[in-house]
Amino acid sequence: MQLAAKHFKASASKALLDAQLQKALGNVEKGFIGKRQKAADALPEFDALRDNARDIKNHVLAHLDLYLEEYERNVVAAGGHVHWAETAEDARRIVLDICQKANARTVTKGKSMITEEIALNDHLTANGIEPVETDLGEYIIQLRGEYPSHIIAPAVHLNKDQVEGDFRRVHTHLPEGRDLSEPVALLSEAREVLRKRYFAADVGITGANFLIAETGTSVIVTNEGNGDLTQTLGKVHVVVASIEKIVPTLEDTAQILRVLARSATGQDMSVYTTFSTGPKRPDDPDGPGEYHVVLLDNGRSAMLGTEYQDMLRCIRCGACMNHCPVYHAVGGHAYGSVYPGPMGAVLTPSLNGIEETGQLPNASTFCGRCEAVCPMRIPLPKMMRHWREREFERNLTPLTSRYGIRAWAFFAKRPRLYRLAVSFGMPVLSLLGGKSRRLHSLPFAGGWTRHRDLPAPEGRTFLQEWAQREALKQGSGH
Amino acid sequence: MSGRDTVLGKIRASMRVSGPDAERKAAVASRLRDTPTGVIPARADLPAAGQQELFCAMAAQFGASVARVNDYREVAAEVSAYLRAHNLPAEIRIGADPRLKDAGWDLEKNLELRHGASDGGDLAGVSHAMAGIAETGTLALLSGPDNPTTINFLPEHHIVVLRESDIKGDMESVWAMLREQKGKGVMPRALNLVTGPSRSGDIEQTIILGAHGPRALHIVVVA
Ligand code: SF4
Repeated sequence: MQLAAKHFKASASKALLDAQLQKALGNVEKGFIGKRQKAADALPEFDALRDNARDIKNHVLAHLDLYLEEYERNVVAAGGHVHWAETAEDARRIVLDICQKANARTVTKGKSMITEEIALNDHLTANGIEPVETDLGEYIIQLRGEYPSHIIAPAVHLNKDQVEGDFRRVHTHLPEGRDLSEPVALLSEAREVLRKRYFAADVGITGANFLIAETGTSVIVTNEGNGDLTQTLGKVHVVVASIEKIVPTLEDTAQILRVLARSATGQDMSVYTTFSTGPKRPDDPDGPGEYHVVLLDNGRSAMLGTEYQDMLRCIRCGACMNHCPVYHAVGGHAYGSVYPGPMGAVLTPSLNGIEETGQLPNASTFCGRCEAVCPMRIPLPKMMRHWREREFERNLTPLTSRYGIRAWAFFAKRPRLYRLAVSFGMPVLSLLGGKSRRLHSLPFAGGWTRHRDLPAPEGRTFLQEWAQREALKQGSGH
Repeated sequence: MSGRDTVLGKIRASMRVSGPDAERKAAVASRLRDTPTGVIPARADLPAAGQQELFCAMAAQFGASVARVNDYREVAAEVSAYLRAHNLPAEIRIGADPRLKDAGWDLEKNLELRHGASDGGDLAGVSHAMAGIAETGTLALLSGPDNPTTINFLPEHHIVVLRESDIKGDMESVWAMLREQKGKGVMPRALNLVTGPSRSGDIEQTIILGAHGPRALHIVVVA
C-alpha cells in the first residue's frame, strides 16, 4: 500500500462520518475486549506468563544475531533454504525469483502482515503471477482492492451486506438467486471457491508467528486452516518473516503461545498451531517439495539499542488496537499505514521515518489501555511520547502549534503574567462564542476547529473559579 | 556483501558487539542446551485420570466431540457410528499408522478405507494423534506416511484417535515426548497442534465453525 499517514487527520474526519464503518467498528469492542478478559481471568498464571514472555524476547533481542545463525543452521540441516533481505525490495525480488524458478502462475497466500509490509501482491501481479489470498478476511479485502484495517481481523471495517455485494459481483459463475443472507453462507461460498485455488497453486506463501532457533522451525497460528492448506498443497512453501520473530526453543514458544491467542481473540489456543520444518521428507505422502524462508530486516536492526527496541517484542496479537479508543473511533484505514493502532503508531515511524508519519504518535489519548493489555508488556505510550519529542525536535510539528507551545511555556514559567493574559483572553472567547457557546473557528487553532467546535469558555478561568470556590468554602465554614 | 552479512552486520553494529563475544555465545548455548521451561499453568497439574478428563472437557469446550472406547478393536465401530449419525457415506481416508492396522475394520464390512494422502475428495478422514494436551484440549499430530497432513485439513470431518496414556498435561510434556522419539532439536516436517474444528470470525466478528479446514472434529480416546 501507499503510505498515507500524513493524511491521518483528514482520513480520521472522513471515518467519523462513515456510517457503514462506524457500524462495523462496533464489532471491535464486542468481538474482542470481553473475550480477552475472560480468557485472562481463567488463567491465574497469565500475568506471570506475560512477564516471562517479555523476558524471553528481551533475551532474544540481546542475542539476535547468534540466534539467527543457529536458526539458519537448523533450517539448512532440515533441507530448507534461508534468504536474507535487508529491504522490502530485496524481499520482493527474492520471493519473485523463487516463484519464477518454480514457473509459478498462481500463488496462494496465508494471512501475513509482513507481505503487506513489503507490498508483495502488487509486485507479483506486475510480474504476471496471480496472488490469491485465502484467509477469509484477506480474500474479502483483496476482492475489494483494499488493504487490511486490522492486523488479525483484516476485514473488521466491513459489514456482512458489503461482503455479500462483493461475492455477487465477483463469483459470477454461481446462481444469481442464491441466498447469502447468513454469514455461514458467505463462508461456505469462499471455502468452495478457494478449494480449487489451493490445488491449482504452484507456490504457497505464509508468514510466521515464530521462528524456532533450536529446531529451524517456522510456526503459524491460525483458526481457519487456510494457512495449512496453502503451505501443504503448493509445490513450494515460502515463509516470509521478519528477523525479530525468533524464539530460542520449543519451551519458549509454548510460553508465548499461552499469551498470544488469549490476548488476540480470547481463545486458550487458536485452532491450528503448525510447526513446519523443512520440505517434504523422502517417505512423506504430502507437503511441499521446497521450503524457503525469507528473513526480512527492513529497518528493524536499526531499532536495536534504541528507545524503540522494546517494540521488537511485539507478537502482532492486536490487543492494543482492540482496546484503543482512537482505533474504535476511526478504524485502521485512517492511519494510512500497514500497521494501525498503537503498535502501528510506534512501529510505522521506525520503519518509514517520522517525516511522513508524524501524525501517528499523536493519534492517542494516552489512556494507557494498550500498555495495560499488551501481552509483551511493551510501553507503547512511552514510545509514542518519544516519537512526539523527536518530531518536535525536528521541527516537524506545524508552526502554529510550536508557537503555541512556546508561548504557553513562556507564560507557564511566569504565573502572574499567565493569569493576567488568560483573564483577558477568556472574556473575549466567551463573547465570540455567542449564544451557541461554540467556537467554529479560531485564529491559530484551525487544526482543532477544522474537525470540531471548541466549546466557548464561560468567561472565567479555572483559577478564578477555583479561587472563588475556595473563598466560598472558607466563608461557609468548611 | 551478501544480504546475510549486511543484516547480521547491522544487528551487531546496533548492539555494539565486537570481539570474541564469549559471554553472549555462552548464554545462547546454555539456553539451547537446557531448554528452561518457564511458567507452566497449574490447571493440568493432575494425576493421569484427571488430565484425561480435563482433556476431554477442554476439547468439548472448544467445539470437538469426544468418545471413549476400551480397545483399539472398537475404533472402527465408533467411526461407523459417527459417519451414520452425520449422514455420511461409509468411507474414510486414512494413513498407514500401525496402531490403526487392527482397529476392528474387519468387523465393519461396509466401511471403505482409502489409504494415503487426501486429494480433497474425502468427506471424512481418520488420523492417529501423537499426544493430547489436557491444558487446552489440544491434539498433537505428526506428518508422515502414517498420518498424512492433508487428512488433518481437507476432509469435512476429521476423526482423530488418541491413546489415553498419550494425554499429557501441557505442551512441555509433548516436547519431551518429541525429543525422546526423534532426538533433540529434530522435528517432523509438520507438527500440527489442533484445538477444535476450523472457524472464522472474519465476518462481523461472529465465530462460524467450518472455515477452510474440517467443519467437525471428533476425538476417539482409546483406553
Ligand atoms: S504491541 Fe503488544 S498488544 Fe499490540 S499487537 Fe504487539 S504484542 Fe499485541
